[in-house]
Amino acid sequence: MGEKRKIELDYSQLDSERMRLNVGPQHPSTHGVLRLEVELDGEIVTDVIPHVGYLHRCFEKHCEKMEYPMVTPYIDRLDYISSMNNEWPFIMGVEQMMGIKVPEKVEYLRVIVSELNRIANHQIAIATFGLDAGAFTPLLWLFRDREMILAILEKLSGGRLLYNYFRVGGMAADIYPTFKEDVLAAISQVRKTNPEILNLLLLNKIFIDRTASVGILPADVAINYGCTGPMLRGSGVPYDLRRTEPYSIYDRFDFEVQIGKGEVGTVGDCWDRNIVRYREIEQSCNIIEQAINQMPMEGDVKEAFPKKVRPPKGEIYCKAENPKGELGFYIVSDGKNNPERVKCRSTSFVNLSVLPEISKGYMFADLIMILGSIDIVLGEVDR
Amino acid sequence: MQAQEIFDKLKEKFNDDILELKADAPSDPIILINGAELFNIAQFMRDKEELDFDYLVDLISLDLGDNLGAIYIFYSMKHKHRIALKAIVPKDNPILPTLENLWRTADWLEREAWDLMGIKFEGHHNLIRILNPYDWEGHPLRKDYVTPEFYHGMKVPY
Amino acid sequence: MEQNFVNMLIENPWIAALIIVVIPLVFVVIYALIAILGELKIASFVQERLGPMRTGWKGTMQPVAEVVKLLQKEDITPDAADKPLFNLAPFLMFAAAFAGFAVIPFSPYFLPAGIELGLFYVFAIGSLGVIGLVMGGWASNNKYSLLGAMRSVAQIVSYEIPAAIAILSIATLSGSLNLNVISDNQSGWFWNWYIFGGPGPWWKILVIPFTLGLGLIYLISTLAETNRTPFDIPEGESEIVAGYHTEYSGMKFAMFFFAEYANMFIVAAILMLLFFGGWNSPFGDFLNQWWMQPVWFILKAFFWVFLTIWLRWTLPRLRVDQLMYMSWKVLLPWGFVCFFAVSLFVMLK
Repeated sequence: MGEKRKIELDYSQLDSERMRLNVGPQHPSTHGVLRLEVELDGEIVTDVIPHVGYLHRCFEKHCEKMEYPMVTPYIDRLDYISSMNNEWPFIMGVEQMMGIKVPEKVEYLRVIVSELNRIANHQIAIATFGLDAGAFTPLLWLFRDREMILAILEKLSGGRLLYNYFRVGGMAADIYPTFKEDVLAAISQVRKTNPEILNLLLLNKIFIDRTASVGILPADVAINYGCTGPMLRGSGVPYDLRRTEPYSIYDRFDFEVQIGKGEVGTVGDCWDRNIVRYREIEQSCNIIEQAINQMPMEGDVKEAFPKKVRPPKGEIYCKAENPKGELGFYIVSDGKNNPERVKCRSTSFVNLSVLPEISKGYMFADLIMILGSIDIVLGEVDR
Repeated sequence: MQAQEIFDKLKEKFNDDILELKADAPSDPIILINGAELFNIAQFMRDKEELDFDYLVDLISLDLGDNLGAIYIFYSMKHKHRIALKAIVPKDNPILPTLENLWRTADWLEREAWDLMGIKFEGHHNLIRILNPYDWEGHPLRKDYVTPEFYHGMKVPY
Repeated sequence: MEQNFVNMLIENPWIAALIIVVIPLVFVVIYALIAILGELKIASFVQERLGPMRTGWKGTMQPVAEVVKLLQKEDITPDAADKPLFNLAPFLMFAAAFAGFAVIPFSPYFLPAGIELGLFYVFAIGSLGVIGLVMGGWASNNKYSLLGAMRSVAQIVSYEIPAAIAILSIATLSGSLNLNVISDNQSGWFWNWYIFGGPGPWWKILVIPFTLGLGLIYLISTLAETNRTPFDIPEGESEIVAGYHTEYSGMKFAMFFFAEYANMFIVAAILMLLFFGGWNSPFGDFLNQWWMQPVWFILKAFFWVFLTIWLRWTLPRLRVDQLMYMSWKVLLPWGFVCFFAVSLFVMLK
């Protein structure tokens, strides 16, 4: 399949008109309110112009008006698929500025909830990607599997999607008595049902035909465009903040950074990005298993709460590996109760900017697949 | 490479345009530079073998009262080091050279900085608003920004 | 052989003709309701959920509720649409699908129109539906509709050729174009079906691989002709929203829907008549009474409908160029090979 992609025609011989098509803001597969202005020559995409901002609420301006603990719920709503992961860098940044050392138990709990949420996020990413390809059943199978994870997170924090669980210096609530059993059960369930998705969707012949060697993103282009997460790893660059610059306690766990190898097509195609996500689910299971076994079950998660969240004057860039890539918050404090400035390096926003580069010359149906493989959440793109 | 070494390297090449190094933990080390020379410094940082900053992590725009600031965070995939550059421009004439020809990711990041903070990037091929509507007025993240009463006849403040 | 039991019962030819027309119409409506329910329930079974449960016993009245909902809906015609064509398209499409029923023998005693060229007729009239489809896509004045219509024309026209080859081979094998005769030729046990080479001497084993191949080619082509997954590219909702019927609502949309299901039944019926013995019982004279024959026929056709629904909820969608590749470079050459083999067999027999 490798050689017959990239359709090239000699347009000068034809007297034809190109069609401008507005895909979105209301469209089944733009994953929200994204508008793509697409120029089509028949079925072949000649130009793509993304128009973002339909969900813009100026999150950064909101932050300046709020005290630090009040910012967390807003951060949940950036990438609403993986809220736990979103909260972490912001809270970690404030803690570093204030010089708070959180208890061991909190660190482990943070790792566990973040990795659980990472699994849920990747499941949704694969599911919606399958939906873009026209396979409806994997979506419901993956939603079924995700339910156990959401149930655990709901029991912990009270919310199913928007948790507001991280606090400066600790967590909002302690674990519940059967937490360990629940987590282990969820992992074994994920490990059992994951190969089903592999067989039903990812190794399906039609699916491979649709995704292999489509939307190839070479490693240097990916780095130049600032792509991170499965986008970059799919292109064969083993850049994972959990491993390259381990934050929190990630240096204690044994896991492999997954990269795309071009098994069915070219390195950095849509299939590679998705198989990376699929394998990261397995790696997350390993991390959770190690963490839950090492985690001290006794102890108070609210022990290190500061009396008043008021970081000293200074500024910090704090980043973490979100399921979608590097999520960073630049926090500027002038010693008041509310931040002077918060800048969010949103992963989806940066990842989306590569879309026009990698989708030209493919067919319209491929454009949808490429967009799906980027795994954007418009709440994070538009902020 | 440590921040101090990077600073020395840049100082050696650009002398007066590199102003100072701020490296008080826990903040990331920041090198204050002269904004007019930003493009050359950035190009040197990207292309020089020992530095090799191939990844522009983020562009942060700041409102510093009378001035506007822009912080660029760079990372090197090869050497695994990280540095930030900070340029300060006056509020009444906020112009910086664009970096979109060095890092394509700067395209959208600069559009965002223009949209929300009003920093003009000279040479950018398409410096239009990105998050706000294209005909929005004002730059919301400036401290002196006043929300307009109406936008196309719709009431804005809620 | 008797062509029609209605003519035997009723003297007046006009009333008889009316009844003959009404029977398939009623059948189509009932069948479409059952197929919609089947679609919903099979989908929910595949996806490990319950599906509709609140309308009637276990949700069995859901299709009725949906039809009532569609009837109540506002009938929107876009301002920029070409109104006469826009309004005509769904009816044309349904008419084309329904006209196919004229030559489908539900049993040896019920063939609505006893024309000798039944196979040719159903194939020709089936292609008429594509005009309705293009008309709807073009008249909607919507780019998505236009793309959908463009795709479906390309798809249906290409896939008609492999289907025609398969049909031609069976016509060669049976020596007739009358569907009733073709079906009658396959009476007896199931090894007399044309998918297994039809009735013949023992060395027909040699031709079985080719007839099986023809059956497969016809099955794939009909999937593409009825726009079902994995060939539902003209209405692939993740790309072009709903394809040619993006702008349709209410009853006109329902007409498209009915036409699609009616088409599904027609191609299923043709497949059964050509390859799977039509209205014959698979087990010789066992349960092969006159009243069981329509039941066998409908059961066989429903099995194919079930198969398409099953495929739909399992497979992803192909891309438009892969679809063309499949038709022109895979199905067509193999179709010719099978056709020659079958012709050779007929010559030697």
